[in-house]
Amino acid sequence: MGTIPGAEQIAYWLIPGRPLFLIIHVFGIASFAYIVARRLVPIIRAERDDRFGHPWARLRMVFKFWLGQWKHPRYRTAGTIHILVFASFILLVARAFIVLFGGAPGNLVIPGLPESTGHAYDIVTDYAATVVFLCMIVAVIRRAIFRPARYAVPAKLGKGHPADAIFLLALIAILMVADSSFAAAKAGGESRLGQPAEALAVMSLPWMFKLVFASASLPSIRTLFVSSYLVHEVTFYFLLCYRPFGIQFHVETSLFNVYFAKLDRDALKPVRWGVPEERLEQVKSFGVKKFEDFTWKHILDFYSCADCGRCSDNCPANAVGRPLSPRFLTTKARDYAFQHYPMFGGSTNSKPLVGSVYSEDEIWSCTTCGACEEECPLLIEYIDKVVDLRRGLVDEGRVPQSLQKPLKALESRGNPYGKVEKKRADWANSKEFQQICHVKALDKTTGATTLFFVDSITSYDDRMQSIARATAKILDHVGEDFGILGAQEKDSGHEVRRFGEELLFMALRDHNADAIRACGVERVVTADPHAYNALKRDYKDVPPVEHISQWIARNVRSGRIKFHAVENRNAVYTYHDPCYLGRHNQIYDDPRNVLDAIPGLKRVEMSRSRDRSFCCGGGGLMLFYEPKEEQRLGVKRVQMADEAGATVIVTACPFCMVNIEDAIKVAGLEGKMTAIDLTELVDQHIVREEPVVQAREVNEFQQEFARR
Amino acid sequence: MEILVCLKRVPDTSENEIELNDAGNDIDRDDLVYSINEWDNYAVEEALQIVAKFGGNVTVVTVGTEDDEEILRREMAMGANHGVMISDDAFSGSDGKGIATILKAFVAKARYDLILTGVQAEDGGAQIGGMLAALLDYPFASLVNSIEVLDGKKLKISREIEGGNREMNEIDLPCVLSIQTGINEPRYVGMRGIRQVASVPIPTFGAAELGVDPGAVGEVATKVKRVDYFVPDLGKGAEMLGGSREENIEKVLELVAAKGGLK
Repeated sequence: MGTIPGAEQIAYWLIPGRPLFLIIHVFGIASFAYIVARRLVPIIRAERDDRFGHPWARLRMVFKFWLGQWKHPRYRTAGTIHILVFASFILLVARAFIVLFGGAPGNLVIPGLPESTGHAYDIVTDYAATVVFLCMIVAVIRRAIFRPARYAVPAKLGKGHPADAIFLLALIAILMVADSSFAAAKAGGESRLGQPAEALAVMSLPWMFKLVFASASLPSIRTLFVSSYLVHEVTFYFLLCYRPFGIQFHVETSLFNVYFAKLDRDALKPVRWGVPEERLEQVKSFGVKKFEDFTWKHILDFYSCADCGRCSDNCPANAVGRPLSPRFLTTKARDYAFQHYPMFGGSTNSKPLVGSVYSEDEIWSCTTCGACEEECPLLIEYIDKVVDLRRGLVDEGRVPQSLQKPLKALESRGNPYGKVEKKRADWANSKEFQQICHVKALDKTTGATTLFFVDSITSYDDRMQSIARATAKILDHVGEDFGILGAQEKDSGHEVRRFGEELLFMALRDHNADAIRACGVERVVTADPHAYNALKRDYKDVPPVEHISQWIARNVRSGRIKFHAVENRNAVYTYHDPCYLGRHNQIYDDPRNVLDAIPGLKRVEMSRSRDRSFCCGGGGLMLFYEPKEEQRLGVKRVQMADEAGATVIVTACPFCMVNIEDAIKVAGLEGKMTAIDLTELVDQHIVREEPVVQAREVNEFQQEFARR
Repeated sequence: MEILVCLKRVPDTSENEIELNDAGNDIDRDDLVYSINEWDNYAVEEALQIVAKFGGNVTVVTVGTEDDEEILRREMAMGANHGVMISDDAFSGSDGKGIATILKAFVAKARYDLILTGVQAEDGGAQIGGMLAALLDYPFASLVNSIEVLDGKKLKISREIEGGNREMNEIDLPCVLSIQTGINEPRYVGMRGIRQVASVPIPTFGAAELGVDPGAVGEVATKVKRVDYFVPDLGKGAEMLGGSREENIEKVLELVAAKGGLK
């Protein structure tokens, strides 16, 4: 007697402890290694993905998104629970290893640090286990009783799996109980034997267990000690080997998923990594047709999804009942992987994904707004996958009829409407407008400092031409030396690329890039966020590009643009963030600052704004697509503006304007609500003639405003 | 099954503003973009679907000049196995019968089980299918909007008749069918597909190769001549409703009901 023996020294059911635990260790680790190896098979067979460069930038991502749990607070309750559990897990991992491999060591001593540090660490981990245990209780209650809507599974996709979730949560709770009762039994035994026992953290789970065990006999404590160790062991390895079959695999994969996450989140994936553009035509198949056409990182994404539903909770397509839910885009692919790459036996032949796992409508329903990616705590990518699946469909000729005409027109006329090229600059060429503002068409002989890239919709659509004219007038007002490409301009191809027609996009891009370079401008400005994004990310070797809202904000700051008091004093304005200005390019403040610079303008925020902005319905080719939906996205959006108490929606994108103006009519808000583009509003309020009088008026208004 | 589809390249009505030229005897062709005649595109898709199920080859053919090669390539990118260009100076200016005569000479050189044309061309007169069948002495059905292969010798087809109704027929092979739009959903032809067939050789046949008498075709043999083009004056049939939205809705319902559109 003398000391309490380590667990491995105790015969358990007549089996010597050490061999028993050794068998559990070896069997557990071997099983886990086997499972992981099987899970790696599709990853190895998958397409190439260049994710190995920039280790420091990747480590920064790990610190921010993995260790720092950056996205989690966006969902207050679930996020708090997750942060607590994650932090506790990190603390417990170290001790778990000590408990597992050291049997029952003495107090933890960290080399080079005084023994008291070890004590402090033990106390912290006592609390950590307690926190995890309590969090599991809360999580089980949420899953079983409150059932947040985002966890639900629609009937057509099968049944929800709350039981599975609760089972996994319960296993973790059991692990914590076993861990704590082990520590309590050890401390209880030591103090019963009159040895210096480890001090347990007050009010922690081990501390409470120790109180419970206080009246137990020494042999019972010994039994408790050994059995909690055994329960801990078995539960731990069971969990380890069970996780790769479901949503908890992210415990293992998240670190890698975040480390290998895309660094330039808003740039689109090339058709094939490692294939330069000029050799693209030799590639046998474009895009994703079968499962193995996904890149290895995309398959890692599938494994990593925790099925938390944040993506779909924010997905506008999902919100209006389109047949798309990003969460299921991932989980269906994961189910496919598990089914076709089983634990035993070979993989089964891959069928085309679209038509079996996914539907065509599902793949065309995405507006590429990026709300899902903005939300995902694990940085799972969706847009690249959707675009890759579309590339596959385009390659097979499986393009909805509604999109074929505009695509053909883009090929032959350079715009989706099939309008003739020479009419592209008609918006600028009326006599009345030319007298107010002369817009020159640039070419090799006529140069300018700045190019105004108009793009198709703003050039040809009667309503959107007003945005072109407002933009030109603003540029002219500040004395900018600018011009347009006119008939030489073709569609930026932004949506052509995002709809999977890569080669057509390349043809449009090359044409525009040549035309831009030929006229020798120093910079490009556009009022269309889609064109802005294309020129910024999809084009190479063109001058720097600015969106008009940035340009206006800059000139407001420098005092070159001044506003008179707001014309409609009763109006309440709200700003709608276009996806390709906001989420994809993080331009949130410039347009708002411009609005706030108009004296007397009342502005409110919608509940979904900035990086949680709700897509208007999608731009470019999406305007031609006829989705299956219960309601238009735009209708939902104008209702949000109405709820916020706004009467005017200000946006900064011609496609948002199309969708929002339509939606105002459909929602029956005509007469109550209007939409205006930022450039139109600025054009209305810019101080032009008799600046002295205007300035005085502004002053008077401001004084009056101050008095109120 | 060996299927021949006859194609025509036409000014794309959805991508052009069609205007008369100064002489008033043709449309202004300076700034036009051309594409495959829409009906012909449906015919090729139908041929490809038949071949996918029953095997065989799809050949596409057009009578024209080297400008017309682009539509052959587009349909080959879609999946047609062979493209054939029929071109000869002697063929220019042919009327419908002339084109049918040329095509007949080509068909006589090769064996096809099934010959498809579009019901009509966007700039044409719906002549070729029927004339070609008559010249070949093949059975003919027009306005076909579904095809079912019964056995190697017969097809079951439906024809669109007035009011959207369908007439079901059996027809012996070989035969000529003129295909109506809506028979299928033609697949998309991407840039990539077109580039992949860009260098596939396309054989060209002239009058000599086909054994066509130059005097029987071309401008010299036309019996139908285009003499004028005109844009009709705007009629006075339209009634503009000028009331409020509610009044207009009332009025429209009333008018539709009066014409028997609402019951």
